[in-house]
Amino acid sequence: MKSLEELKAIRERMQNKVVLREGGADKRIVVGMATCGIAAGARPVLNAFVEEIANRGLTGAVEVSQTGCIGMCRFEPIVEVFEGDQRVTYVHVDPVKAREIVARHIVGGEPIVEYTIGAAEK
Amino acid sequence: MIRTHVLICGGTGCTSGGSQAIADNLKAELERLGLQDEVQVIRTGCFGLCAMGPIMIVYPEGTYYSRVKPEDVKEIAEEHFLKGRIVERLVHKEEAGQKLEDVPALGETNFYKTQMRVALRNCGVINPENIEEYIAMDGYAALGKVLTEMTPAEVIDVMKKSGLRGRGGAGFPTGMKWQFAAANDADQKYVVCNADEGDPGAFMDRSVLEGDPHAVLEAMAIAGYAIGASKGFIYVRAEYPIAVERLKIAIGQAREYGLLGEDIFGTGFNFDIDIRLGAGAFVCGEETALLTSIEGNRGEPRNKPPFPANKGLFQKPTIINNVETLANIPQIILKGADWFASMGTEDSKGTKVFALGGAINNTGLVEIPLGTTLRHIIYDIGGGIPKGRQFKAVQTGGPSGGCIPAQFLDTPIDYANLTKIGAMMGSGGMIVTDDSTCMVDFARFFLDFTVDESCGKCTPCRIGTRRLLELLNKITDGRGEPEDLDKLEELCYYIKANALCALGQTAPNPVLSTLKYFRDEYEAHVFEKRCPAGVCKNLMHYEIQPDVCRGCTACARKCPVGAISGTVKQPHTIDVKKCIKCGACIETCKFGAIVKK
Ligand SMILES: Cc1cc2nc3c(=O)[nH]c(=O)nc-3n(C[C@H](O)[C@H](O)[C@H](O)COP(=O)(O)O)c2cc1C
Ligand code: SF4
Ligand code: SF4
Ligand code: FES
Repeated sequence: MKSLEELKAIRERMQNKVVLREGGADKRIVVGMATCGIAAGARPVLNAFVEEIANRGLTGAVEVSQTGCIGMCRFEPIVEVFEGDQRVTYVHVDPVKAREIVARHIVGGEPIVEYTIGAAEK
Repeated sequence: MIRTHVLICGGTGCTSGGSQAIADNLKAELERLGLQDEVQVIRTGCFGLCAMGPIMIVYPEGTYYSRVKPEDVKEIAEEHFLKGRIVERLVHKEEAGQKLEDVPALGETNFYKTQMRVALRNCGVINPENIEEYIAMDGYAALGKVLTEMTPAEVIDVMKKSGLRGRGGAGFPTGMKWQFAAANDADQKYVVCNADEGDPGAFMDRSVLEGDPHAVLEAMAIAGYAIGASKGFIYVRAEYPIAVERLKIAIGQAREYGLLGEDIFGTGFNFDIDIRLGAGAFVCGEETALLTSIEGNRGEPRNKPPFPANKGLFQKPTIINNVETLANIPQIILKGADWFASMGTEDSKGTKVFALGGAINNTGLVEIPLGTTLRHIIYDIGGGIPKGRQFKAVQTGGPSGGCIPAQFLDTPIDYANLTKIGAMMGSGGMIVTDDSTCMVDFARFFLDFTVDESCGKCTPCRIGTRRLLELLNKITDGRGEPEDLDKLEELCYYIKANALCALGQTAPNPVLSTLKYFRDEYEAHVFEKRCPAGVCKNLMHYEIQPDVCRGCTACARKCPVGAISGTVKQPHTIDVKKCIKCGACIETCKFGAIVKK
């Protein structure tokens, strides 16, 4: 290694890859991934979230994880976004909506009302 | 894209529990489920809670699985990684029957919440076989900083201000040691890492080497810069194969990245490290014996002075530091002396790793600020004494240390306090004993160890420890005479004053401290020919209480030497001459009629 810059470059490239292990992110995106969710296409949704969060360099700040059946199979894929006490439930999510949720809700701070369960039940 | 990291402990404890097979099975399952690009499997160093191993931690959720078996892997992969359902039966619970939603986050468990990880900070977090993960955790930034921004004198100054003291046993201030070596002019100087770890209760050095080997390499290079050395040796026992393997990989990668070798960071500073394997003799952990062993001779101590800082390896100025001592150093450089000195007590700064063993629920490794009380370590972090038994004493400092009885449970643990109560910090091994331990026998156990490990170079130790052991054997055999207690004490002081190296000088400590705090037990053995804990075989016998015995004959059939006789439905008796005190009858009797006396 000939310079500190080289070290810094490796650090920056790698930091995104280990930051996941710190836990304790303040925002959480949870994708329902039981059999019904997977059948309804939850896997590409999960991957879309993971990619979009990583592309925006948010891996340490936003946790993307999966959960089992939420019990509302007709709305799958279901995604819940937790922030403090607030919880927003999105339904019939697809990869395009997933990227939109990251852009407008996670980054922009505004839940997308028309995708939420409240809107779907009306 | 990776969404989940699965950390599987690759420490010695969990590896012997099958963690390699777990990792292999998991990788195969992930392939089968098509998840190999989403879920990454990483083998790390020890998480500390070895008693619960093999351990697996899943991020980002932070799910903590314990006692995982290779056959559980399929279920974890299908349920958790495919379907997102945490496998509740494998989640580590601090209290039996805890519900999943009540299980606290990893960092909030009693075991972890008051720990403060400096030396162990990367253990269980990074893949020790990947230098880039270490770099991601600010690895080698401290080396970069000292080489480009600091003079050697400034580095030594930071070490002195931090208050860091040696974690290998003697607790000597590290900055001062470096200063002595730096002050000597020589064409060649050396940095030696003591990874011999001979104390039978300790394994923190092994865990650091297995979990974060680059921290030790980086610290050695920093030390080399500070004292003007270009060459380092790590002396590690051959019984640590995983540690040796990871060190080799780490050294290879550091060389490849130009972080060891010539002209590091383009500053003209050269430093390289080699490994030397020790055969596992306790005395080879003593610094002068260690140097003699590296030089290719039989590992025997030499006289001090000259101290290694003046005439060390191959007669050149040398510093020797312990693994854990070194592991603190990159953090001190990056975060500053004041940060380090803000933890701990007046005379003992920073954190210390303790290896909990013996009669304690959470055996394993914990790192806490110095000045924490024993009560907190043993009861809050360690989970207390198993089987509802009573705490009796804790031995710190291994065979060179002493025992600490219950009256000092609230004493803050630091170098000065431990010495004051007749124990010592040593390397941080803590062996907890409960009321089923005989303290005379306990002292005898350590003496047995030192007699075996004495190198034989000097008479006070070679002969003296043997005589001590004979006296202890005499007492536990029930042949003790009243004057033996005084003889024992006198011999202890004689050995302490006259042995050549600290092995001999500290060998009597376990005897002296048990004599001091548990003299009544010694006296019971000598004067009443009684072992209060019921351990010393010659001093106890089994007896059947006639009023409780129902004459069921179960014990008579179980006794391997036919020492029990009696007629059916009549009280039985034990022939003490035939009885070999195996205890088989006690376990057999359903009525609790048999007692140890
Ligand atoms: C019998 C004996 C065994 C020792 N074993 C070790 C050991 O295994 N590891 C260690 O670091 N220090 C051991 N020491 C202490 C070393 O002599 C030395 O003080 C220490 O390595 C210095 O490093 P430190 O200042 O970083 O603690 C032992 C000392 C004695 C007398
Ligand atoms: S004190 Fe014991 S170990 Fe040390 S030199 Fe003497 S005989 Fe050897
Ligand atoms: S097992 Fe117990 S009850 Fe039965 S004969 Fe032996 S001492 Fe008596
Ligand atoms: S060896 Fe796995 S937790 Fe210690």
